[in-house]
Amino acid sequence: MNPNLNLWLIPILPLAGAAINGFFGKKSSRQAVTTVALFFCGAAFAWALLVAARFSSLTLPYQEYFAHWIRAGAFSVDFTFYLDQLSLVMVLVVTGVGFLIHIYSVGYIWDDPGYYRFFSYLNLFMFFMLTLVLAGNYLQMFIGWEGVGLASYLLIGFWFTKDSAASAGKKAFIVNRVGDFGFLIALFLLIEHFGSLDFSQVFYAVKPMPVETAGAGLLTAIAILLMVGACGKSAQIPLYVWLPDAMEGPTPVSALIHAATMVTAGVYMVARSHAVFDRAPIAMTVVAIIGTLTAFFAATIGIAQTDIKKVLAYSTISQLGYMFMACGVGAFSAGIFHLMTHAFFKGLLFLAAGSVIHAIGGEQDMRNMGGLRSYIPWTFLTMGIATLAIAGIPPFAGFWSKDEILWKAYQVSAVYWAVGAITAFLTSFYMFRLLYMTFFGDYRGASTEAHGQHAHAQDSHASPHESPMVMLVPLIILAFLSLVGGLIGIGHRFENFLAPVLGSAEAAEAASHSTELLLMAVSVALALFGWWLAYMLYCRRPELPQRIADALGNVYQTVVHKYYIDELYAAVFVKPLIDGSTRILWQDVDRKIIDAAVNDAGDGAEHVSDELRHMQSGNIRSYAAWIAAGGAAVIAFMIWMGVRR
Amino acid sequence: MNTDNLSPIILTLVTFAPFIGALLLILVPRARDVRILALVFSLLTFVLSLHLPVYFHREHTEFRFEINRPWISTPNIHYHMGIDGFSMWLVVLTTFLTPLCVLISWHSVRERVKEFFILLLILETALIGVFTSLDLFLFYFFWEATLIPMALLIGMFGHERKVYAAVKFFMYTMIASMFMLAAILWLYAHTGTFDFVAIRDQIARGAAPSFPAAAPWLFLGFFIAFAVKVPLFPFHTWLPDAHVEAPTAGSVLLAAVLLKMGTYGMLRFNLGLFPQQSRQNAWWIIILALIGIIYGALVAMVQPNLKKLVAYSSVSHLGFVVLGIFSFTQLGLDGAMFVMLAHGISTGALFMLAGVLHERRHTYEISEFGGLASPMPVYAASFLFIVLASAGLPLLNGFIGEFLVLSGSFQAKAIYGILAATGVIWSSIYLLWMYQRVFFGKVTHTVNSSLPDLSGFEQTAVWPCAVAALVMGVAPIIWLAAIDPAVQAALAPFVHIASRMAGQ
Repeated sequence: MNPNLNLWLIPILPLAGAAINGFFGKKSSRQAVTTVALFFCGAAFAWALLVAARFSSLTLPYQEYFAHWIRAGAFSVDFTFYLDQLSLVMVLVVTGVGFLIHIYSVGYIWDDPGYYRFFSYLNLFMFFMLTLVLAGNYLQMFIGWEGVGLASYLLIGFWFTKDSAASAGKKAFIVNRVGDFGFLIALFLLIEHFGSLDFSQVFYAVKPMPVETAGAGLLTAIAILLMVGACGKSAQIPLYVWLPDAMEGPTPVSALIHAATMVTAGVYMVARSHAVFDRAPIAMTVVAIIGTLTAFFAATIGIAQTDIKKVLAYSTISQLGYMFMACGVGAFSAGIFHLMTHAFFKGLLFLAAGSVIHAIGGEQDMRNMGGLRSYIPWTFLTMGIATLAIAGIPPFAGFWSKDEILWKAYQVSAVYWAVGAITAFLTSFYMFRLLYMTFFGDYRGASTEAHGQHAHAQDSHASPHESPMVMLVPLIILAFLSLVGGLIGIGHRFENFLAPVLGSAEAAEAASHSTELLLMAVSVALALFGWWLAYMLYCRRPELPQRIADALGNVYQTVVHKYYIDELYAAVFVKPLIDGSTRILWQDVDRKIIDAAVNDAGDGAEHVSDELRHMQSGNIRSYAAWIAAGGAAVIAFMIWMGVRR
Repeated sequence: MNTDNLSPIILTLVTFAPFIGALLLILVPRARDVRILALVFSLLTFVLSLHLPVYFHREHTEFRFEINRPWISTPNIHYHMGIDGFSMWLVVLTTFLTPLCVLISWHSVRERVKEFFILLLILETALIGVFTSLDLFLFYFFWEATLIPMALLIGMFGHERKVYAAVKFFMYTMIASMFMLAAILWLYAHTGTFDFVAIRDQIARGAAPSFPAAAPWLFLGFFIAFAVKVPLFPFHTWLPDAHVEAPTAGSVLLAAVLLKMGTYGMLRFNLGLFPQQSRQNAWWIIILALIGIIYGALVAMVQPNLKKLVAYSSVSHLGFVVLGIFSFTQLGLDGAMFVMLAHGISTGALFMLAGVLHERRHTYEISEFGGLASPMPVYAASFLFIVLASAGLPLLNGFIGEFLVLSGSFQAKAIYGILAATGVIWSSIYLLWMYQRVFFGKVTHTVNSSLPDLSGFEQTAVWPCAVAALVMGVAPIIWLAAIDPAVQAALAPFVHIASRMAGQ
């Protein structure tokens, strides 16, 4: 018998914070808002730690019923909370990294007039994200799923007077809705065939079903539809287009929502549904291909971006691709492992980028940076560690998780491995390019006065300045985690921990150990090569990149313009939809056909009843009188009939 | 003391309390007192109507709170009222929204104040009567009685093209209702009664020998009247005109309650009296509903006028209701009923919010606004909340109904659910795009930079809707507990038909 863990407190606490700051924050002091926001987020983290401490004594999965939600015929959905190794990892990552980013935000957003609004939204996000990872059924997961989308919408558009920010928020929400369409259809299939959306019931029903080797069946359909949802939330091809635009949001938001937590929800959902995916090999291949392609494709865009946050955005898309590659080859625990290390180092990269942007008064273009390491040494140091981690240099965190994915991918197909390894090279290259362009060479920013758009413009100094302690401490903690966070993967400890949920790849052990070491050496060598190349191009010979770009001509331009995918979508989907709806549906069909027919019928009747014209005085009072008289007559008649009997 | 000793007269009280209020208003000379008295009576009606859910036996599938008195002997008309899980919530929806309509009209109606509130209260009585009547004659009486105050509200208190809109609304729905009247008279001629329950039982027993031959026509007679009222594509063009010209309170009741008369009618009469014909005609009705869902949303997307946008979005939402009803699944009907209520709350609130802007700027053109989130933050937040409810965000009311309808229609035929589910994409596009154009960016028209935020009256009108949207999304079980048994009862004949068809 399990003790009552009161898991519901974990999401509800931040919701309380969001409500308090949302309703009363405007009239409260910044200190009060900060206290509320940090207290409720921190309390959720503390509760998660308490749960973790008691974790070993639980019978898993631990399930907690909270309340009825929907009852319709035989179908019912309750608010239930579900805890196993997988959700524990997610809860700790979300509350832990989330709490650090809350702390950081205090320094980052302090001068903004929307301070209370920011923290209210941030707490609201925590509520929905924790609902998502602790849900005991798909529909409750969908609450979190849509809710984090809402929080994302609000926070991307936080500076709503800026048109680009408002548009980016809307784009994120709508593109996610396209993915949710797939998610919903998957839920309908689950209801139709299993009569329930409860994880335990669905997985219990799926377990005896055979692997769909002969062809696509029910489970394949469900799995692919779930993956459509995951493509939206986790920014995979073809639905990744919203994430780069999402960088319009404040940088802590990019760190929390668009790097560390929300965008990994798709990976979590696929891993959670692995019982379905395991039995749908075609769907697994689809997941692996989408992940691999996205990882490579986004990395190539990343090498040509000049906006520091855009580089990190494409990097996030690429790293999420790695996670899906892992899921697609059946290495779910490797995907979750990378999810966790990525939360550390990518969260850190964004926070450090925010610290850079903060230091130079809102500038985001790396061509106007350079030489910052002497001005902001702590930022440089922590960002350097994160870069080593994401580039896959041992023994930093990213090395362990990425290597695990590549090794598992190799066992399924060498092609996945090869594309993954090339992507590792690209990753290393664009990340060190970022590091060199930002921190090395000479400072290229003329003055920090000009960038008035940013919230911190008013306190910009003559020269770049280091961020306050409240921002640096989270950086340092995340840097520590990026340094050692991968070590828990040694000896398959992380994999074994998740094994009761995700299964363990025992078969993998049979493969040659020497091959594993060789592949590892190759990918590390590629990463080092990327580092060297970035050093040569952006530190030693900074005039070279421009010449290379000129030489490449149109190829370079295509990459800079992100392969014109946004323009393509606009031309193929957006414009025809709006023009077609305006011209054909509204003006032609609705006005010229349907409504014209109605009015013509009316006019026709008018001619017939020409004799009755004298009633139509055109005077509304006269109409009113006629109608009232008619109504009165009817009522009088009925009362008279009633009285008579 | 038996606390439910109101049972036999409660429906009469709820139905006619507003009418009594309207009569009293005639005697009140001062505009301020008129408003207060209207508020008192609409609130009193709401409180009385709460008696219904409190004493409603949830498992009870027969009609509750029945009153059945002979009224006119020839023709045989009874004063027969009663409610079930369908009509009860529609009554409560009506009584909930009317006081809010009084509040939102408090300052915005300045001329002919007395006439306005009299019409509003008469309209409330007529609307409640539609849902409580179980005698077809009585039903038809209330049905047509809603037209008069509504047409007058549009025609007397509307905007520029009010007369055109009022006449179009009146004529269009009136003519459609004639078909229903013909069907009702046929039923009376062949069964000797206007009583819904009696007619239903006679049909089910096969006691009306000429019925099978006439049933397809009778079905259509009812259906046309309801389809125009819903409005189902392609009978919808009166709706945008009526909404744009109607005063705020008129729009609220029109969208929130009046349209539901159509879907309620389908549920009660088309399904109740003609199960066989409902089955046979379901395919084309569903096609029209699906067109309505997608077409309504796409046309809503490109409307330059805020009220027209919401009007077309209603065409889309009501398409969900019709789809759910004619899916003949438990989830579909549960969902259809829930969408009716949810749409009533959220679209009612959207029209109140649109009215707030009209009150300040005398226009509904979206391009006249932009950047309003800066001068009107409370208004912007309230608006966003309602927009999210309307877009079907989980934990708000729109989601529950939509999800159940989609899931039910998916069970009926997968392609129905798939096509209708694209609605989740369209609704987010038209709502968020509209929201962005009205609220985000910089203030583009200088006059907008000094617009006052929501007033106290406006807040008391809008916020109850927001609270209702949240409660319905979090605890839909309160509503579903009464709806679900009613749906089961409504679907019983269909199970019968299905099993008979399977047995052959």
